[in-house]
Amino acid sequence: MGEVAPRVRTIITIASRPVMPAHIKMRHDAGRGRWLILAPERVFDPDDTAVAILKLCDGAHSVGDIAGLLAKEYNAPVAEIEADIVAMLQDLADKGVVKA
Amino acid sequence: MNELAPTHKGPAHVKETAMPLDSREPGPDATDGAERVDLACARAPVGLLAELTHRCPLQCPYCSNPLELEKSNTELTTEEWQKVMRQAAQLGILQVHLSGGEPTARRDLEEIVKTAAEAGLYTNLITAAVLLKRDRLEKLKEAGLDHVQISIQDVDSAAENADRIAGYKGGSAKKKEVAGWVRELGLPLTINAPIHRHNVHSVEAIIDYAVELGAGRVEIAHVQYYAWALRNRAALMPTREEFMASAKLVEKARERLKGVIVIDAVVPDYYAKFPKPCMGGWGKGIINITPSGRVLPCHAAESITGLEFDSVRDKPLGEIWLSGKAFQKYRGTDWMKEPCRSCPRREVDYGGCRCQAFALTGDAANTDPACSLSPLHEEWAMVAEVESHQGPPSFIYRRPGGATPKPAVEKTPVPSDA
Repeated sequence: MGEVAPRVRTIITIASRPVMPAHIKMRHDAGRGRWLILAPERVFDPDDTAVAILKLCDGAHSVGDIAGLLAKEYNAPVAEIEADIVAMLQDLADKGVVKA
Repeated sequence: MNELAPTHKGPAHVKETAMPLDSREPGPDATDGAERVDLACARAPVGLLAELTHRCPLQCPYCSNPLELEKSNTELTTEEWQKVMRQAAQLGILQVHLSGGEPTARRDLEEIVKTAAEAGLYTNLITAAVLLKRDRLEKLKEAGLDHVQISIQDVDSAAENADRIAGYKGGSAKKKEVAGWVRELGLPLTINAPIHRHNVHSVEAIIDYAVELGAGRVEIAHVQYYAWALRNRAALMPTREEFMASAKLVEKARERLKGVIVIDAVVPDYYAKFPKPCMGGWGKGIINITPSGRVLPCHAAESITGLEFDSVRDKPLGEIWLSGKAFQKYRGTDWMKEPCRSCPRREVDYGGCRCQAFALTGDAANTDPACSLSPLHEEWAMVAEVESHQGPPSFIYRRPGGATPKPAVEKTPVPSDA
């Protein structure tokens, strides 16, 4: 049952296939006009870029895949995007919001 | 894809929000008439603390319930709580914290959870766990429960200290068993440990125990001195040195356990630098409902005499939040006196806690004595120094009528229909 309480820190790499655990809920809040992530005793407020990344975190796409897709969409260098994604997902992994 | 900019705007950010989620910056004249309602809608509360009952088998001397506990025959019915859950979701509330007393003492908890989950609320059960059985937990999960928080008192080998603090024999072992079921069922678990002079030396052990139980989160929550805890302050207050040592251990554990467990810490404001922004600001992010349906800006607000509270039995929750007298009274900063009014931190800490200001100065609009700018600050801070260095008096256990001084009586069994 390591799902919501990993015994070791998850380290995000280009090869990681990140996913939000079932108890983490990202939803669009119509009243507030924004996306929110609901977690135990926490609410996170992702910006548009973060939402785009997290929507691709389905456990199937790797960080590299996600960077490739977004690099096209953003018209930006893959390496730069990869670094951003790894940094963001590592932070969220440390907060228990994504696992890989 | 939601409004994706065509060009790369720089690193992605996921901010952890302060409790209130404003959908936009307030305009310059945002406080006038029609605009106010609009703004208040935008500032819907994020969290609802639903105290389903004041019944509890435990007798913790730091209980946050009021000294005058509400009787079970005044509790909202199942249908009334279900209506509250639907109204809460409509108002824009995101998370509901099902608390008490002991929420599992209500046999209709599953129905309330189901309605809350169906309405789209993130449901959090705050429980002492001792009444829970495995099949009930399973039913709660099926009903849509998102998260379980179990409180513990201490980690000591024979659980003598833990059970003494809770006034409930065998509680510690039972909690461990329930925590195991929570994890077996794949529910996320938080361990909450209220910290005071009788367990402040166990902080590291408590954190490790939370990891062992499979918790994703642990709260090292120094007791907040209101209600029963204020009555028991001398019995509970750690020394400044003990508090500082515990804070250092938390810091070290955060490094050591990064990515394994999230550690949240709550500081006793007697030893804090600044007053805490109580409830993240009065009537700003949190709404509290008592077992009988009274709607409060904070769970201790009834200690402020003269405030008028509405009930969900009489008015819709949204109307109470927007225009209820108790909510309007200390909302924002207009009510402030000096030194708060001109303080650069007025929208950081909101002058601290209104209940504490009232309890110690007789006027809830005064600066909380926890602030160094309060004329009463020195005297107030000294209380903790003095009390924490004296031998601790016996606990006044939390039980109906327990706060009124009279000869000690044997504990009467607490009714539970669970």
